Amino acid sequence: MTDVQKRADQVSLIIDGVEVVAEKGELVIRVAERMGIAIPRFCDHPLLAPAGACRQCLVEVEGQRKPVASCTQTVAEGMVVKTQLSSPVAAKAQAGVMELLLINHPLDCPTCDKGGECPLQNQAMSTGRADSRFKEEKREYEKPIHISSQVLLDRERCVLCQRCTRFSEEIAGDKFIDLMDRSSGEQINVYRDDFFGGAGTGDGQVGEGEGDVAFNSYFSGNTIQICPVGALTGEQYRFRARPFDLVSTPSACEHCASGCSQRTDHRRGKVLRRLAGDDPAVNEEWNCDKGRWGFRYATATDRILTPQIRDTKTGELREASWSEALLAAAEGLKAAKERGVGVLTGGRLTVEDAYAYAKFARTVLGTNDVDFRARPLRATGSPVTTTEEADFLAAAVAGITEVTYEQVENAPSVVLAGLEPEEESPILFLRLRKGHIRRKLRVTAVSAYLSRGLEKIGAALVAAVPGDEAHILASDAAVAEALGAPGALLIVGERLATVPGALSAAADLAARTGAKLAWVPRRAGDRGAIDAGCLPNLLPGGRPVTDDAARAALSLAWKVDAGVVPGTPGRDTDRIIAAAADGTLGALLVGGVDPADLADPTLAENALDTVPFLVSLEMRQSAVTRRADVVLPIAPAVEKAGTYMDWEGRLRSFGAVLKSTAMTDGRVLEAIAALLDVSLNTGDVNAVRRELGGLPGSTLPSPVRPSVAAARAAQPAENQAVLATWHQLIDLGSLLDGDQVLAGTARPPVARIGKDLAESLGLADGDLVTVGTDRGSITLPAAITDLPPRVVWLPTNSPGSTVRRSLGVTAGAVVTLTAGVPGPILAEEAAR
Amino acid sequence: MTQPRQEVLQKLTPVLTKRWLSPDAWQIGVYEQLDGYRAIRKALDVHPDDLIQLIKDSGLRGRGGAGFPTGLKWGFIPQGDGKPHYLVINADEGEPGTCKDLPLMTYDPHSLVEGAIIASYAIRANRAFIYIRGEAVHAARRLRNAVQEAYAKGYLGKNILGSGFDLDLVVHSGAGAYICGEETALLDSLEGFRGQPRLRPPFPAIAGLYASPTVVNNVGTIASVPYIVLGGADWWKSMGTEKSSGPMIYSLSGRVVNPGQYECGLGITLRELIELAGGMQPGHNLKFWTPGGSSTPLLTAEHIDTPMDFEGVAAAGSILGTTAMQIFSDQDCPVYNTWRWLEFYHHESCGKCTPCREGNYWMVRTYRRILAGHGTVKDLDTLQDTADNIFGRSFCGLGDGAATPVVSTLKWFRDDYLGYIEGRTAPRLSEKSLVGAH
Ligand SMILES: Cc1cc2nc3c(=O)[nH]c(=O)nc-3n(C[C@H](O)[C@H](O)[C@H](O)COP(=O)(O)O)c2cc1C
Ligand code: SF4
Ligand code: SF4
Ligand code: SF4
Ligand code: FES
Repeated sequence: MTDVQKRADQVSLIIDGVEVVAEKGELVIRVAERMGIAIPRFCDHPLLAPAGACRQCLVEVEGQRKPVASCTQTVAEGMVVKTQLSSPVAAKAQAGVMELLLINHPLDCPTCDKGGECPLQNQAMSTGRADSRFKEEKREYEKPIHISSQVLLDRERCVLCQRCTRFSEEIAGDKFIDLMDRSSGEQINVYRDDFFGGAGTGDGQVGEGEGDVAFNSYFSGNTIQICPVGALTGEQYRFRARPFDLVSTPSACEHCASGCSQRTDHRRGKVLRRLAGDDPAVNEEWNCDKGRWGFRYATATDRILTPQIRDTKTGELREASWSEALLAAAEGLKAAKERGVGVLTGGRLTVEDAYAYAKFARTVLGTNDVDFRARPLRATGSPVTTTEEADFLAAAVAGITEVTYEQVENAPSVVLAGLEPEEESPILFLRLRKGHIRRKLRVTAVSAYLSRGLEKIGAALVAAVPGDEAHILASDAAVAEALGAPGALLIVGERLATVPGALSAAADLAARTGAKLAWVPRRAGDRGAIDAGCLPNLLPGGRPVTDDAARAALSLAWKVDAGVVPGTPGRDTDRIIAAAADGTLGALLVGGVDPADLADPTLAENALDTVPFLVSLEMRQSAVTRRADVVLPIAPAVEKAGTYMDWEGRLRSFGAVLKSTAMTDGRVLEAIAALLDVSLNTGDVNAVRRELGGLPGSTLPSPVRPSVAAARAAQPAENQAVLATWHQLIDLGSLLDGDQVLAGTARPPVARIGKDLAESLGLADGDLVTVGTDRGSITLPAAITDLPPRVVWLPTNSPGSTVRRSLGVTAGAVVTLTAGVPGPILAEEAAR
Repeated sequence: MTQPRQEVLQKLTPVLTKRWLSPDAWQIGVYEQLDGYRAIRKALDVHPDDLIQLIKDSGLRGRGGAGFPTGLKWGFIPQGDGKPHYLVINADEGEPGTCKDLPLMTYDPHSLVEGAIIASYAIRANRAFIYIRGEAVHAARRLRNAVQEAYAKGYLGKNILGSGFDLDLVVHSGAGAYICGEETALLDSLEGFRGQPRLRPPFPAIAGLYASPTVVNNVGTIASVPYIVLGGADWWKSMGTEKSSGPMIYSLSGRVVNPGQYECGLGITLRELIELAGGMQPGHNLKFWTPGGSSTPLLTAEHIDTPMDFEGVAAAGSILGTTAMQIFSDQDCPVYNTWRWLEFYHHESCGKCTPCREGNYWMVRTYRRILAGHGTVKDLDTLQDTADNIFGRSFCGLGDGAATPVVSTLKWFRDDYLGYIEGRTAPRLSEKSLVGAH
């Protein structure tokens, strides 16, 4: 062998007569792939551990008696490999396996979802024979069975490659599906009672037996994507299209700040499915079910396509022309400007649209009363004057891109606070899990309890009564110790805002230990909105509004007079709502905010009712549009181009998937501004990107981090408890609303209570428990969980558990507990 | 029945079987009277490395089928690695025709316990497992009883015989799957998972049970150890041949007058074994036989003088395997027998890999059709090709085993197949059996 250049960690080998250098430990199949040699395969997947199960990838290795599975064989110095291209033995072995794979495969291609993009079809063409020697009867199974409300399994089509089970176990940690039975009866299935002699018919839907466990993994859709045949299909896409009729567009997920890259497939103006995009730096090749399947909102029947204005005579909303509606909006806002206009933008905007609102507020409305945060900003009952979170975002988040997915995976230790990654940032969860499984990443979680998601990343729990997080971050030795190693990360969630002093303590802890700090919000637009200037204290580019030089430079760039952009911080979401409710503000401009997400939905709706003039930029009918004076329809993500910024601060740009006449928020705002003689220049995303790129940089050192004293948790009295709560990934969120199939895979809402509360209330698992405040109550089945004493956990916004609306409080508040009395629906169910 | 000649009788070398006929040898008191638990006293006095060397010197090769040198296997266990080590004894004995481990555990369970103690001491394991097949209820009962007795007498547990060596021995009953005799599937099953073979590497010696260094040995292998410790390597090598040392339990079944276990030095021939077993049954002439279970290529009457050691059988084109010798006569049909075996392999295939899972499904059905009188000559080519596509392409040895009787009967007895195809032989299966359950 001639000596080719190679490093010490490389070997050279010969594949099909060509000498090649490979990394030590590399698999033969990968090296061949790099050389352009396609070895057929089924079970092999680059992100899963090798299995060697299907035997399709056999090659000949000199000196080996038998053909070798190239997907399990690592390279060795001097190895001589012959693939099907140069070895009749390998070619025959592959053809043999292909024939065997096909003997029991049904002739479903004409009706199978996978047809046209099916590895089995393709490889049967390349490696199979034209006729079949198999004359016997084929194995038969009941055609597809639901293994969850979302996923169907056709066992006849399954080639038992175990990609799905390996993904679920290795990557997601959700071993809901597994191999059952053996030999030619071997099949993938979920746990069902009837397999073990219990109730159920044996072949029907999961759920017939009492103990049946459906495939309710948040990541189940990935198995459909990596199934090399059409054995796994999704309820939404089944039978709806052929791959070759689809147009595929790279896109970015609009649901959360994980920042998944996606592929959106459409046909004749309709999105039919979305797939995880391949982005090794972010989501690798995975996504979550919410991102995959939560796209139907854009075609919901309540989508708004025509502007509406409130008729002065009838007081009802009526459809209007764009020019009439824009004029009404412009005039109304102009009239209200004197008293003040608050701008609430929500967390779902692209960076470009967020920038448009930020600029509109400053240049058209002359206000800093703009806030993207559509969630509780502070503890229930805290004075609205505290600005801890906004100060924290200005000091520790805006403009900073320090922590990446790669660092998470390779960190020696990660501390999580105020964040349940599986529920609140699923891809971050997968990365943490990968680090934990592959590199023994040590995870410490400051949380009320060790959730399933935290367990799956091997987290050590630092149990926190909600409200005590600040104190723990400030003084817990174990937490500080966990951040001692170089490369350690402190990752905090947006929920920490509701604990006074917690964000201060987090920033301080990071500075003290030298750990890098990352802030992970929930929504896709949250992080970008900060840098775009949708905060009362920050201008675009993270410049403080109090920075005179920054204001002057911006005014120059924006071509507005000095003095138009106010130099004092504006009102935040809570204060805008309060000012609207008490009649101070003259108008509200609201883009994509659901009042139910705010700290006090009732107060928010009250504010919307009270404010004299309300402009709503919305996609679908909502609690805001119903109350608005002018409703201006805007484009959903598929119908526009834009950019999200994920929690890392990484830009996720995308183009429009569908051609549409729908306008971006930026374009609508530009049109309103034009009527008020301001040239906003936000109608075209490229123009905005150019403008954002050309803005003058801030000259000031970054703002000092807040230093709010750490609060302690409330002390509940007899029959009371402290409330812990966070969102479930699949819940009543407005972009999932109406999607029954997806909702079917949500985690069933329960109220988690500790043993102490269960005992004092005389409750067993599954008994109803009622959690109340002076505002109202929530009754759910109890799940007895290892929680600190006197803590109750509720899902924030799930069916039967709308904490903000029903209780009017957030995490850390004191609530009362009683043994539950079923509401009418539960009572009816129980009677049945 | 003809009495074996004296010179053949002398070939019997009862070592592992020597206590089988002693009444109550399964009880610890009787076992102790018959040399029992003497070897461990000797073994616990020497350095573990010396024991490994002794086993290497004896040339002992695994009795589980592959004949891997035992001392070498023990030597693979990394020492001083800070991880727990495990000894796992493979008592799953599932290979069709094999019947040597179950009688041993039934009649002389303490010899296995004693061997387990010595082997564990040698590889520095403080926990050992005997994985016994689920159906072997009686043997398992005897074995559990023996383990209890050994604990009571201080042969197991903490500080065995004051040596400072601790050992816990667990008897685990499987659920009756042939694949769980394959060592890595056995380990998965023992860990509580679905019994399917694991990808190797890592080999059990590095990452076996609970990802720790593990030796997996057959019952006969471990039960041989006390004798080697007592008798020495040279004595052991005085039996058998140069490369296949020691005595071997040959299990004879089928058309002989006295089926059963015959322990002789490795290298004895089938002719001699048949004589020891009282000859062929009257009216039966040897036609074909398995040297070591159904997974080893069949041999025919012409191989009757093949030396039954690892090398001799290999030279004849087969494998010594488990020395499970099933003897068939001219009144038996190789086609029918192959079908029966295939039903077994098909039933027992774990399903993990394509060739074995699908290939057995197909071959079984082809045999059913041939035996029902509906075969074609083309079927024989397809069978041969399918067996070729399974052999050496499967994930584990079970698939190879399944292809083996197909290939060897097609090689030796093609005419028997043609008999069914050409209508010369009456169908053995009815139409009904073609509507196969699967
Ligand atoms: C399908 C299959 C079944 C096996 N069954 C057994 C068995 O029942 N008992 C056994 O000792 N070895 C069995 N083996 C061999 C074991 O994998 C392993 O080689 C053996 O236990 C090693 O022990 P030894 O070195 O003492 O022979 C089987 C192998 C295969 C492939
Ligand atoms: S369902 Fe698909 S991914 Fe899962 S084992 Fe079958 S073929 Fe493979
Ligand atoms: S993890 Fe977040 S970004 Fe990724 S698909 Fe899910 S919702 Fe979308
Ligand atoms: S050959 Fe394959 S299917 Fe057969 S038992 Fe082994 S791993 Fe399982
Ligand atoms: S791809 Fe290699 S065995 Fe399946």
